[in-house]
Amino acid sequence: MKTDFEHRQGAHCESGVTSNLLSIASNGKITEPLAFGIGAGLFFAYIPLIKINNGPAIAFRTLPGFIFNRAAKSLGIPVVRKKFSSKQKAKTYLDDRLAEGIPVGCQVGVYYLPYFPREYRFHFNAHNLIVYDKQGDNYLISDPIMETTHTMSSYQLERVRFAKGALAPNGHLYYAKKGAVITDDTIKEAIKSGIKKNIYNMLNIPGSFAGISGIRNTGKKIKKWRDKLGIEKSKLYLAQMVRMQEEIGTGGGGFRYIYAAFLQEADAYLPGNQLAEISVLFTQAGDMWRTAAVQAAGIFKGRIGSQEDFNKMGDYLLEIADLEEDAFKKLKNIKWQ
Amino acid sequence: MKKDEVPQDLSSLGKITKELCYATDSSGKYVAALSSGWDVKITALDVAWGDIEKRIAAAKQKVLNKEASQLLFFMEYRLMDISILAGYTGFWKWQIKRHLKPEAFDKLSIQKLEKYAEAFNIKVEDLKSMTIHED
Repeated sequence: MKTDFEHRQGAHCESGVTSNLLSIASNGKITEPLAFGIGAGLFFAYIPLIKINNGPAIAFRTLPGFIFNRAAKSLGIPVVRKKFSSKQKAKTYLDDRLAEGIPVGCQVGVYYLPYFPREYRFHFNAHNLIVYDKQGDNYLISDPIMETTHTMSSYQLERVRFAKGALAPNGHLYYAKKGAVITDDTIKEAIKSGIKKNIYNMLNIPGSFAGISGIRNTGKKIKKWRDKLGIEKSKLYLAQMVRMQEEIGTGGGGFRYIYAAFLQEADAYLPGNQLAEISVLFTQAGDMWRTAAVQAAGIFKGRIGSQEDFNKMGDYLLEIADLEEDAFKKLKNIKWQ
Repeated sequence: MKKDEVPQDLSSLGKITKELCYATDSSGKYVAALSSGWDVKITALDVAWGDIEKRIAAAKQKVLNKEASQLLFFMEYRLMDISILAGYTGFWKWQIKRHLKPEAFDKLSIQKLEKYAEAFNIKVEDLKSMTIHED
């Protein structure tokens, strides 16, 4: 059965998938920025103990899976999600849903994705795409970060659904149950709840690895990298940070622009709460993250690299932390109209 | 970021697809804009790959010196650590550590070699001869 599905490109895989999967239930109202904001997607974390590709684990967004979960829950959409230990069962379950005409979200590993260029293929297992139809042995794939749709053979799809390593997907799939309807009132409440959750994540998570204090702490650490790690390793670390911040799937500026776009759209649903004004602060934050990336690039290109340059790099993050703290405090102080 | 400032430096991804990002138009309203890449992140990716290429070359030399088996070369080539390779092959980590020694690798059965070859997405003879075909 042909599924009723339209591919729309997004900036970020999970919020793109969420928005596309909910587009029927919401009549197209849940745009990608709304899905990201309702899903409380904005984050910062620096976890020095975990190494990815021999560099530090730095995240600008919440854990994989949270955005779809939270967005669907806040919008009152019943979802089904499953993981599998058997490859055969994972395939049969997917095939049955497609036969019923249901587009299905799948968590996959990027490394063996055939339509990705080699330079972008790492063992990153928290990518998301939608399988929306099957023709013979080929599955039709809507990957939100790509402009067009793609096809994959059943072997190729199985390989990425059962990719191995950290965050292994284990065939993880999810979809929205049919027949749910999203009203404007539901969207308004979901926006408020998403903003509240994001305020907590950025201002109140204990410890110094996450949220605003995580940004501040990372800024201070960067100033010590040159002495502590040496220039070569510092270059690798900075390059890794820039990639997590700007690379495909972020919408630029470490997801700050997509969050600013969310607040702007939210303002139309909840006028009189200064959301459009606060949105401007997140645009500034995104711009500052990009300025910091240019500074980092100067260092990893070898154009600059004195201690003074590392201090400047660290100071950028301290400034960003102040700005984002101010922005989230403003959100916290809203008396909802 | 303003829409007319969205960078358009062609990246290797940009040849396949443009990336969507969010930028403001002249009235300050957010719109979706397409970017074909940004010099800053192209270089960041180059730095990451430069490091990987160094590791691959070092692994190759170790194999030629008989200090490690061909597994080490393909692990670096496929960016896999021991736990990822254990996941793909079903071998225990301690088995893989043993197979990383040339003496142990040379005695592996064809079935075991096939498991490694499948994990690396290569043929058994290429695994043995350390041959790569770009894909």
